[in-house]
Amino acid sequence: MTTKPCTFDIEQIRADFPILKTVKYKRPLVYFDNGATTQKPQIVIDTLMEYYSTKNSNIHRAVHYMSQVCTHSYESVRKTVKQFINAAYEHEIVFTSGTTESINLVANSFGSRFVVEGDEILVSQLEHHSNIVPWQLMAERQNAKVVMWPMNDKGELRMDLLDGLLNEKTKLVCLNHVSNALGTINPVEEVIRIAHQKNIPVLVDGAQAIQHLKVDVQALDADFYAFSGHKIYGPTGIGVLYGKSKWLEAMPPYKGGGDMVKKVSFEKTTYADLPLKFEAGTANYIDAIALGEAINYIDKIGLEQIASYEHELLLYAEKQLKTIDGVRIFGTSDHKAATVSFTYKNTHPSDLGEMLDKFDIAVRTGSHCAQPLMAYFGIGGTVRMSMSFYNTKEEIDYFVASLKKVCSMLD
Amino acid sequence: MKTIQEIQEDIIDEISIFDDWMDKYNYIIEIAKELPLIDEKFKTPQYIIDGCQSKVWINAELIDGKLMYTADSDAIISKGIIALLIKVMSGRVPSEVKDAELFFIEKIGLRENLSPNRANGLVSMIKQMKLFAIAYDAKNKLTSN
Repeated sequence: MTTKPCTFDIEQIRADFPILKTVKYKRPLVYFDNGATTQKPQIVIDTLMEYYSTKNSNIHRAVHYMSQVCTHSYESVRKTVKQFINAAYEHEIVFTSGTTESINLVANSFGSRFVVEGDEILVSQLEHHSNIVPWQLMAERQNAKVVMWPMNDKGELRMDLLDGLLNEKTKLVCLNHVSNALGTINPVEEVIRIAHQKNIPVLVDGAQAIQHLKVDVQALDADFYAFSGHKIYGPTGIGVLYGKSKWLEAMPPYKGGGDMVKKVSFEKTTYADLPLKFEAGTANYIDAIALGEAINYIDKIGLEQIASYEHELLLYAEKQLKTIDGVRIFGTSDHKAATVSFTYKNTHPSDLGEMLDKFDIAVRTGSHCAQPLMAYFGIGGTVRMSMSFYNTKEEIDYFVASLKKVCSMLD
Repeated sequence: MKTIQEIQEDIIDEISIFDDWMDKYNYIIEIAKELPLIDEKFKTPQYIIDGCQSKVWINAELIDGKLMYTADSDAIISKGIIALLIKVMSGRVPSEVKDAELFFIEKIGLRENLSPNRANGLVSMIKQMKLFAIAYDAKNKLTSN
């Protein structure tokens, strides 16, 4: 028996993603909006079809065959996720609808249990609104305060300020692993080490990291790690909250409903153990099962290989974009995921995005739900090209050539 | 003066010559340059249109009984679209604008290609322009009574 050589076959990978063949105007889609959502490999699409066509039945409690199949598949994805992010226990993996819900869960449950009047939550300036607003809502309820942790001109967090921002009132530090708007990879391991010296837990928004970097929550020593299924080639509407047992055990339930209880009476209700305590109502089990397939698919290719190929794409894209006079790149850290955020002279990003669309190029324009970050740079928004391992240098060449045409029209 | 219907048909004819999207955009960019610009002092939140990814300001005055629109935007395509709207609606009596049926945007294929943000913005732009017409029309009726 021979072992299959482990190569990064871009043609094979592209063939796995049917949407990359679609043509709206003239040529197959050039999809550079992976920061917003990623495309789905055939195996994920097939899994959804297979389960809805032949296996669908609500999980847990039922004794009949199909329900047991779905329950088993759903619970085995918990194991897949546990291994994928190297969590210590399966019960530390809570399924949610996505990163936003994961963060809201912590803001509500951790907030009501551990945050009191006058306390502080440290939130980085690089955050997506979904890692700002839940903390503001919680701070309002608990009479606490959200404190901003500033960044520098390169779009990197000011590590020199961190120690001074952490005090006895700080109850939690919240930051993303990778910035959605700029692509900066934050030194979360170091941040967590510093925060832990003062016994302050850390929540990491991994929405933009999980598909690009190998994440090991134990090595990071993260207290909470949140991510979305649809950003790692899985379906929308499913996500994960990883939380250390000691926190999840101590936190009250976030939502009430079926599946999250042990015993219900009008006098006293007791709650289920982890992780079901946080999974009220019918779980999004079929999307979870398809997410499991997405993770298996990524695991087979290997995140190290993916990261190294995407890094090549990043360097190439930045180099090519810099050949256009008037392009200004925002986010110039040496540590970046394959995302390039830029403006062209003083043209509006939406003009560039709309015209690039007619070249079959999908990019995102605007503030990328990170208005405080845009305010720092004194701009309303950027054009963001966010790449994935199914993108190619040829696509970057085509993108840059098209962008040049568009720019010349807007000059 | 041509009717609102006729002027919209003219625009549709002009744009339908272009097969290529970039030619259409060139046309829009050229039209944008003809936009009667709003006075800088009106570029305040009060005159801004909600629902656009870009900033759009619109104002209207009644001069010799005719509505005269001025506007601006920080995005060139939005500017071109408003310039077209103004071409259709400006210089007319309020009662004519208030009941106008606008079909040219859909016909020139812009609407289906407008990003949702701008599509919402477009609805808001037209609504605001008509609101000016309704307000001036009501004022006219009050003064004539």
